[in-house]
Amino acid sequence: MKKAFARKYLGIPYAIFLILFVIAPLLVLIYYAFTNSTGQFTVKNLVGFFTDPNTIGTLLYSLGLALAVTIVCLIIAYPIAYSLAMSNFNSKAIIVMLFVMPMWINFTLRLTALKEILTAIEGNLAFHPFINSVIGMTYDFLPFMILPLYNTISKLDLSLMEAASDLGADSKQVFLKITLPLSMPGIVSGIAMVFLPAMTNYVVLDMLYNSTYIMGSLIGSYFSAYDWHSGSMIALVLLLIIVAFTLLTGGTEEEDKNRGALL
Amino acid sequence: MSEEYIIELKSITKTYDDNGFTAVEDFNLQVKRGEFVTFLGPSGCGKTTTLRMIAGFELPTSGQILLDGKDIAQFPPNKRPINTVFQRYALFPHMNIYENIAFGLKLKKMSPEVIKKKVSHVLEMVDLEGFEKRKVSTLSGGQQQRIAIARALVNEPKILLLDEPLGALDLKMRKEMQLELKNMHAKLGITFIYVTHDQEEALTMSDKIVVMNNGRTQQIGTPEDIYNEPSNAFVADFIGQSNIFKGIMTGHLKARFAGGEFECMDDVHEGTLVDVVVRPEDVIITGPENGTISGKVTSVIFKGIHYEITVESGKYEMVIQSTKSAKVGDEIGMKLDPDGIHIMIAEDHTTRFEAEIGDDLNLVYSDHSIRCDLTKLFAGSRIVDGQLLDQSGEKIDTSDIKVMVSIEPGDIKMSDDVDAGLTSGNIINLIYKGDHYSYVVRTIHGHDLIVDDEYLWNMDDMVGLILPEEKMTFAVRK
Repeated sequence: MKKAFARKYLGIPYAIFLILFVIAPLLVLIYYAFTNSTGQFTVKNLVGFFTDPNTIGTLLYSLGLALAVTIVCLIIAYPIAYSLAMSNFNSKAIIVMLFVMPMWINFTLRLTALKEILTAIEGNLAFHPFINSVIGMTYDFLPFMILPLYNTISKLDLSLMEAASDLGADSKQVFLKITLPLSMPGIVSGIAMVFLPAMTNYVVLDMLYNSTYIMGSLIGSYFSAYDWHSGSMIALVLLLIIVAFTLLTGGTEEEDKNRGALL
Repeated sequence: MSEEYIIELKSITKTYDDNGFTAVEDFNLQVKRGEFVTFLGPSGCGKTTTLRMIAGFELPTSGQILLDGKDIAQFPPNKRPINTVFQRYALFPHMNIYENIAFGLKLKKMSPEVIKKKVSHVLEMVDLEGFEKRKVSTLSGGQQQRIAIARALVNEPKILLLDEPLGALDLKMRKEMQLELKNMHAKLGITFIYVTHDQEEALTMSDKIVVMNNGRTQQIGTPEDIYNEPSNAFVADFIGQSNIFKGIMTGHLKARFAGGEFECMDDVHEGTLVDVVVRPEDVIITGPENGTISGKVTSVIFKGIHYEITVESGKYEMVIQSTKSAKVGDEIGMKLDPDGIHIMIAEDHTTRFEAEIGDDLNLVYSDHSIRCDLTKLFAGSRIVDGQLLDQSGEKIDTSDIKVMVSIEPGDIKMSDDVDAGLTSGNIINLIYKGDHYSYVVRTIHGHDLIVDDEYLWNMDDMVGLILPEEKMTFAVRK
């Protein structure tokens, strides 16, 4: 009895945290999204979102950019994660750390360096805004793709692959029929860690002197123009997209224990 | 000649590149078509490595694996007509039962109708009809095991490999599956190669058992051979329960061990040092006077169908299985029929005894001092002012440390002077061995020591036993 009480009290700080920093802001967000500047209920912001060609254009551009970044990250990260997880190196952990280490160096510093390199190559950054964004974001988000993939693949039961080859599968078939499907949880986690930030992280674009707009820049511009209502609506729509995405991928995954996690 | 054998392993050796460890050394085996062969041994004996080399998961460092006369040693697993049942089943978690079983057939590009027929047939065989749509995670361990077997069998392999397939099941389930596997083997006529560390399982199921230890084959034979005629002390000890004694042949079909002289059936040359195996169920309990040897009962355990009785006879201990009970403390006699004694030529006849560490940092055994450099026994230790210090300079407490002393029989000398050596005893047996005599000396401590000497002594002589310190080897016993 006493023990149960003690446990309940332990939860109180977290409950307060959740109320103050998750639920309350969410309610405020919803409030602003569905009111106008005089505080009256309105769906104008919602309608505005889907009718403003500027917003829709930015949404599509953001989706395209995020998709490109995610695919590039996945293509780079999977072979790295796979070969590291499957290798017999004693220093595996150190090599993984090397790939993750950029995360520990200041973000603005890294992007400034990248900007200088890209400028040296391209001359003027304004000529290739999309490619520059992809490069910048890939550089920034790659560790978030490698880690969940590495975690998932390194936990795969090697006897499953042996069983497949025992049953007649060659190495390509083993990969396509066993390794790849079983590393899906890591792929999904990696996508979630990369795709969503790629839609909104406009700081990368700003730092690369990029004039293109993504969803994050749009929200930022609305808020700096004191239109909290339209800004909130965009944030809310993005939130719903995220929820839908999570439900579609991770939510249907039965065996949650196989989900890759950060470190 | 090779027609008869489906698979032959010829001097297979596996050494790992990274650490130089040799897991399997010079392994030779011939398996007949349709045989049930079991690799038996303790963990780390190389049995699983050998199986994995047959499957193709590991490639032998040297040697040949002939399947129907063709060397497949360097083939990948998917190019071998051999299927494996894995220790932890290795069912694909992202596929249902049907997809799991059909996996190999689909790769062979069979038509869906044929696959369907084969899958339902094999499911019927393992008693899991209608399980096609089930998910792997909804099955119990025993059911998963059956699916794993079905998935391998559906491919109609020439050889089915089973790597401790019943290890994860509970006892009752394991017994059931043993029988089922045996029946399946009889019905299908496929060659089974089975790996287990469970000697009972091996004895129950196999046509042929390969006993392995430290990467080497110890004995290959039928379960009866292995049990009744173990080829060395390891096999005897590993298979079933046994009493193992060091002994010597004292005459034609006569052996001395465990403090008595027994008639036996193994014709081993007189004077040969032997290991003797006596199965607990072969010991006959008699009255104290009627036995070849006698002793005091030290423990009696009821085991259901028999009692397990431990008897202390002098320095020796005998475990007996008997349907008759005895009381702890009883004095009983023990007798052995000649066919209950199994004689093996000994590999090692070193005499070992325990000594204590005395105050002067030498060893003490029955009031005699043995000189021994203790600093060699404790790494990094040194002796300062008559005290033994370890690496960090702390004093080592030697009062409860025992040292095991070993000496070869040929290095022991006999003397007229009873007090000349470490111990003394009566000569109870002597055998002329051409250029020297082998004596059995019963020490005052009750040990029968074998001593080789070129001079003739008489029976019943009381002699001093000199154990030269320079011939001794020492080891710390915790």
